[in-house]
Amino acid sequence: MTFSGEFLAFILLALVAISGGVLLLNLTKVVHMVVALVFTFISIAGIYILLSAEFLAVVQVLIYSGAISIIMLFGIMLTKHNDEEEATPKGGKWRKAFLLLGVLAFGAVFYAGIYNLDFGSAPVALHENNAEQIGISLFSDYVIPFELMSVLLLVAFVGAIVLSKKDEEKEAEKE
Amino acid sequence: MNGVPVSAYLALALILFCIGLYGALTKRNTIIVLISIELMLNAVNINLITFSKMGIAPSITGQIFAVFVIAVAAAEVAVGIAILLALYRNRKTVNIDEMNELKH
Repeated sequence: MTFSGEFLAFILLALVAISGGVLLLNLTKVVHMVVALVFTFISIAGIYILLSAEFLAVVQVLIYSGAISIIMLFGIMLTKHNDEEEATPKGGKWRKAFLLLGVLAFGAVFYAGIYNLDFGSAPVALHENNAEQIGISLFSDYVIPFELMSVLLLVAFVGAIVLSKKDEEKEAEKE
Repeated sequence: MNGVPVSAYLALALILFCIGLYGALTKRNTIIVLISIELMLNAVNINLITFSKMGIAPSITGQIFAVFVIAVAAAEVAVGIAILLALYRNRKTVNIDEMNELKH
């Protein structure tokens, strides 16, 4: 395998992504965990660019490392923000060990399936006018899922407002 | 010619998925569980985009699917945080093993 620029970029991005994930598992403060995940999200955006999905890379930076991380930080700050992961109580060690074994077995099984996978497919011009291609496909073949998605987003946001709104009638009853 | 084989991308997605799965199963803070689920969804997106470029029938459809996955993930986070805030207001806890009102 030659060390082309693409390969080098892939190795670097994959290292940052995986170390962000490992930091998520090992850090103790919740805010630090979310910040570690931001690095993972940004390097995943880089991976998207390597896979000639420029539009999705921009969307990834906007939605994940922008909106979702900020909303998670809001969630942390509005709840117990100086919470630290304490040592797990009552048999938590065995549970963790078994879970780790199970996840590793899952990973090994799937790795056996993919490690020398190669489709040998012909290269396609996904990188030329990427956003235009996505737009044409979205509004010709996938109009109905697109409209359904708008309804889903509307329902989710109205639901989020209703759920997090303070229950003023109940509060008044209590007082 | 493409320098990075398809299995490398799939292996990266697999590692991220396993990290997310382990985090979602072991962490006790609900926000960290939510964000681990986001990491798993991201790994799935890497797979979709890899197959859209280097799969058997490469086309733009994989990227369209990834757009839909991102939209659903954003909606899920909004609702999840809202439920978490409502629950914190009533129970004063973010620990996932103390949230057992639905348990009989």
